[in-house]
Amino acid sequence: MHTYRKLMTKIGIHAILIVTLIAVIFPVYYAITMATHTHRDAYAFPPKLIPGKQFFQNVKEAWRRIAMTTLLKNSLIIAITVAFGKIVFSIAAAFAFTHFNFRGNWILFPLTMVTQMMPLPVRVIPLYRMMAQLNWLNSYKALTVPYLASTTGIILFRQFYMTVPVELADAARVDGATPLQYLWKILLPLSWINVAALLVIEFIYMWNEYLWPNIAITSSKMRIAQMGLRMLYTSERGVAEWNIIMAGTLIIMLPPLIVLILFRKQFSEGIAMQTTK
Amino acid sequence: MDRFPKHRVLPYGLIFPSISIIAIFLIYPFGQAIYQSFHRINPVRRQLVNVGWRNYVDMFQSSEYLNSFRNSFIFGVIVIGLGLAISLGIALLTTQRIRGAAIYQIAFIWTYAMSPIIAGVMWSLMFDPSIGLMTHVVGNLTGYWINFFNDTVAAFILVSVASIWVMLGYNITFFVAGLQNVPHELREAASIDGANTWQVFWIITFPMLSPTVVFLLFVNTIYAFFQSFGLIDVITMGGPSRATEFLIYKIYRDGFGRMQEGQAAAQSVVLFIIIAIVGAIQIYTSTRSAVYER
Repeated sequence: MHTYRKLMTKIGIHAILIVTLIAVIFPVYYAITMATHTHRDAYAFPPKLIPGKQFFQNVKEAWRRIAMTTLLKNSLIIAITVAFGKIVFSIAAAFAFTHFNFRGNWILFPLTMVTQMMPLPVRVIPLYRMMAQLNWLNSYKALTVPYLASTTGIILFRQFYMTVPVELADAARVDGATPLQYLWKILLPLSWINVAALLVIEFIYMWNEYLWPNIAITSSKMRIAQMGLRMLYTSERGVAEWNIIMAGTLIIMLPPLIVLILFRKQFSEGIAMQTTK
Repeated sequence: MDRFPKHRVLPYGLIFPSISIIAIFLIYPFGQAIYQSFHRINPVRRQLVNVGWRNYVDMFQSSEYLNSFRNSFIFGVIVIGLGLAISLGIALLTTQRIRGAAIYQIAFIWTYAMSPIIAGVMWSLMFDPSIGLMTHVVGNLTGYWINFFNDTVAAFILVSVASIWVMLGYNITFFVAGLQNVPHELREAASIDGANTWQVFWIITFPMLSPTVVFLLFVNTIYAFFQSFGLIDVITMGGPSRATEFLIYKIYRDGFGRMQEGQAAAQSVVLFIIIAIVGAIQIYTSTRSAVYER
């Protein structure tokens, strides 16, 4: 009787999970099938849920309408620059906070924690003013430099570096290694999981950023992927070319998805390390 | 702490990049936002005029703002509350001793890569008045054929569903990580002592999970109040009849559309205070030497 109940519970759990999973995946599935239809099939009633054959034509059309090459190039440049910059800057800061005793240490770390509560939207108007004065609007600088400090990153690496045994640094020092050599040769190779986790977090964050680029960028040459998708959507929705819109959507959601899939393991492990603290 | 005592200058060099970015692009503009919130631009002379608390007083007397505040609050409660509850439920199920648990965990993670804009576009299709599948499902089930973009309540539901959906992957990943740190033996011991599943959850699992819950509360608050901007901009643009004009969307409109910088700055400060309250709770609970030292 007991095993029977256990079995039923397990079947129940599977059933709930599978149903939820289908519900969560469905919008993407619908988007994929929509992207493969002709304009007429997209409007078939009842809705056609089996893929059609127009996928590549639709992608080509979406690509042409929003100048996809420029969009993808710009978004890749800012996402990679910001992710890389944040990783380097936060490793450096976390290393300083954990391996040195310096004046101001006690105030600077809490200060970086507090700035977590000042996300960009809170300071968007003065920032816009500032960028206008610096003549940085419509440039990569506006889309990268203000993002380069990362509280998330500093906390992530700081927590990890605090768990590294002191003996390691002592041994390196006795062997005559400078702090930077120790960081480069010993600490960094130990922190690949954190680096990969932060790469995933920041690449996705930057790729998906919209409010600030939407304000700082007006030139079509500097437009980023999310802005392009928003344009495709508003311009084609009137004539309801859902097949073209969805083809564009699928292209633009691909890069962050690839990064997540490539580094999924490290991402999950990095997060697990975070929460064990 | 001091593992390289002889180096006095190096640490400053190491923190310099991060600290200077924080000072120039975070703290300084934030200070300016506070300053601006007490000023208005004189349109004739193009000068800043000190108006004291007037921006704040006007703001809390404006029915438009209060409407936006109320809508944001309801939206926040729905998206954070329901979103976290659903994610926790899924995370709990995928950490049970079942076959393929790890596969389920992977299968849910990907919504994290979806942007608010993508979520907005996809859910607009799902609820499209003519070909949206949800429109048909709801229509066939209830007999009401709703245009989700014209009806205030329906549009609100649509925006909430899309927001909860896009955060699922992130929330589930953190809950799973948190749950895996709750020792199985502890739960088993409790159930041997006669506690039922419900009791085990509230007495053992949930308290040990509280740091994760508080952290996600903070992240989701930021999401609901800020990141949802893209989603709103795609799906409803604040409409219909301002039903989804949340605080961040109103700041954007007032600050950049209507050029009312002072008024928009005052709104930013209020938004900051909301975030600061949740953030303070998070910092307090995460720095307090953990009750459940592990």
